[in-house]
Amino acid sequence: MTPALLAAEGIGMRYGNFLALNQVSVSFARNTLTAIIGPNGAGKSTFFNVLSGALRPSTGRVMFEGRDITGDPQHAFARMGIAKSFQITNVFPRLSTHENVRVAVQMLSTRFDLLTPRESLTAVTAQADQLLETVGLADARRRPAADLAHGQQRCLEIALALACAPKLLLLDEPTAGMSPEETVAMMDLILTLAAERTVILVEHKMKLVMGICQRVIVLHHGELLAEGTPAEVRANAEVKRVYLGQGV
Amino acid sequence: MRDAADFVSRHRVAAVVLVLIAFPWVMPYEALAVNILIFGLFAVGFNLLFGYTGMLSFGHAAFLGSGSYFAGMAIVHGGWPWYAAIAAGTLGAAAIGLLIGFLAIRARGIYFAMVTLALAQCVYYIFYQADRWTGGENGLRGVRVGAIKVFGVELNFVDPLTKYYIVLAFVALALWFVSRVLASPFGAVLEAVRENEQRAAACGYDVPRTRLVVFVLSAGICGLAGTLRALHLSVVPIESLHYLTSGQAVMMCLLGGMGTFFGPFVGAAVFLYLEDVVTTWTRHWMLVVGSVFIVFVLFFPRGIWGSILHWMRRRGA
Repeated sequence: MTPALLAAEGIGMRYGNFLALNQVSVSFARNTLTAIIGPNGAGKSTFFNVLSGALRPSTGRVMFEGRDITGDPQHAFARMGIAKSFQITNVFPRLSTHENVRVAVQMLSTRFDLLTPRESLTAVTAQADQLLETVGLADARRRPAADLAHGQQRCLEIALALACAPKLLLLDEPTAGMSPEETVAMMDLILTLAAERTVILVEHKMKLVMGICQRVIVLHHGELLAEGTPAEVRANAEVKRVYLGQGV
Repeated sequence: MRDAADFVSRHRVAAVVLVLIAFPWVMPYEALAVNILIFGLFAVGFNLLFGYTGMLSFGHAAFLGSGSYFAGMAIVHGGWPWYAAIAAGTLGAAAIGLLIGFLAIRARGIYFAMVTLALAQCVYYIFYQADRWTGGENGLRGVRVGAIKVFGVELNFVDPLTKYYIVLAFVALALWFVSRVLASPFGAVLEAVRENEQRAAACGYDVPRTRLVVFVLSAGICGLAGTLRALHLSVVPIESLHYLTSGQAVMMCLLGGMGTFFGPFVGAAVFLYLEDVVTTWTRHWMLVVGSVFIVFVLFFPRGIWGSILHWMRRRGA
């Protein structure tokens, strides 16, 4: 068996007397699409933030490719190939759509180059164009990101995450606030992306993920309630009890 | 109009330098033009931090002032040649920038402004107390630069117009450098950090280090402006370290248009020209300049140059 790409080992997160996460241990195999689900307040976002490096867990550790990355600075994550999209749209509002992606792509080749004109990095520009094509924003390349529609901004966010050529893509409620049509398009995009890399997504709308994920992890009150294939999770008595009446 | 605006922004350094070459001929006297050059560069250095990276410092007098003092002390106490004094002042100010920046960059918004203000006041008192070296309250006197030789040509630094063009050569070089930095990949990172720090970090950029590098650059540019000021005035007044001088950088930047390349220069020119004109008929020039400032902040938040650029682009679009 190949070692997991990412593994959470005994993750605990304590805020004062409140235990947001308690001994959560999960591992994620390469090139799988996994969804983390759970009712409101289950600790999904906290867990996501621990995995993506935004929060340092109170206990436990996060292993990436066999290396302990717990507490590494946020910028180190993109450099080792872990990218994320935020739950609340998080782009560079006054930069053009193309410049948003271009500056993100540029990270892999240069970070403290003060004197080369940025246009001379033609490979970076081309790569940014291609990413805009992938997420369907090629027509909007000159517009400031702030002027894009909500759904387009969500797509831009994905392009920004893809810019560091990630091995692992973490998506926090990628369809939040999207129309049904946009949601379908986003799910298609996620499926395409998952064919080539490991994807973990946190989702509130359960029905959405059941159809496309290989694995589902259910959190409840900060604890791991169930994990398995969508079919297994659906059949799980505990999950049924927690989601009672919501039609898993 | 859009083409004109695009042309100017593509060749911004050449455009600015052309304007500045003609500038002393339209000013009432050369010393004012030199002053505008120096404060224009000071505001450009400040804008690198404030306009392009979104960090509002209230302590930039520390860099203008220490640049002046280091250059002045190199000449007065060390007997160094003028060009070595310029290098010493610029590097000295950058070193102080490294120290202040290291302590300040982790603070955000108003806290960053307060920390920079407090640290700049510390610098003020250190120079104020070290009167054996700095002349204390009286300022550092005797920063004399007379005839200088540049590539075998003897130039008289005392002649106002010659002085103007020598100072302009340094200002032009600094503007070229700032322009290159802004157009570089690092310039793109600065804008990214200004726009969204969290996202920039998630994209793999070390935000604290980026902020520190730009802080030191900004301090160095302002320090260079300070060294030129010491040579220009042949004294270093203690007021150059005063927090009012830091406030002037903010005002000039906002008046001209923050985050635009030419804006801070326009702001410095308007500010100093108004001061010069208004003081001829009232001592209360600050009242007039302050009113103009308020009008711009309220009704033209893009500043003078920022509004002109915006208007030109809108007309062209």
